[in-house]
Amino acid sequence: MLLRYRGREGMYAWAFHRISGVAVWAFVVLHVIDIYLVGGNPEAYDELLQIYASPIGRVLETLLGAALLYHALNGLRIIVMDFWPPLTRWHRQLWYLCWVIFVGVGLPVAYMILKPIWEGAPR
Amino acid sequence: MSGRYTRVGRARPSGGGAELAIWYMMRVTGVALFVLALSHFLIVHVIYDPAEQTASWIAQVRWSSLFWRAFDWSLLMLVLFHAFMGVRTVVIDYARGGTRLFILSALYLLAFVLFVLGTLVVMTLPVVPKG
Repeated sequence: MLLRYRGREGMYAWAFHRISGVAVWAFVVLHVIDIYLVGGNPEAYDELLQIYASPIGRVLETLLGAALLYHALNGLRIIVMDFWPPLTRWHRQLWYLCWVIFVGVGLPVAYMILKPIWEGAPR
Repeated sequence: MSGRYTRVGRARPSGGGAELAIWYMMRVTGVALFVLALSHFLIVHVIYDPAEQTASWIAQVRWSSLFWRAFDWSLLMLVLFHAFMGVRTVVIDYARGGTRLFILSALYLLAFVLFVLGTLVVMTLPVVPKG
């Protein structure tokens, strides 16, 4: 089904939106449970926090942030075109604009998240 | 499957009713989440660092104000609706008949459990004075 879609940018925009959406959904399920532990079992939460703060955890959080940021930007692109259909003509250009913002915002944030890995102690 | 999606996203359902309401709500919650979810990510990963956000820190600092509890609860409501209705669309695309009914039932049950757990902790976690 994925490969039979309209192809090119429109298809990738849609596929990435769906994949990033399901990924963020999966994290939300985990995240509500871990925050519940703050009240229900604080020791277990603090243990889990060690994993979040570990190098592997930071790489995963960077990927999570990337999924969230892509989904947010492409989501706005979808909404803009849904409510102003003439803009659909520029759907490719809008998608490239999403990527420009994605890189511009994402790189500094990724650097902030990952920095404690090579600097040793967290901020 | 063609016709259900425009080159943009999910086509606006014709005929109104619950499907059209969900279609609009996905967009309304989407715009709200653009602000709330991205702010939340920046607060947790850029302004603070995961390493410092222990359970006692949350009780003493993060959730010491009604504003931030209300912020996080609003975020919870928005994300539960948006994420679970989004996955619902995915399930409807790929599953049929009894399988679809079973997966959707499990999905809504999970959403309800998370609603209860999240609401419980954000509303009942005691505020612990610092120091």
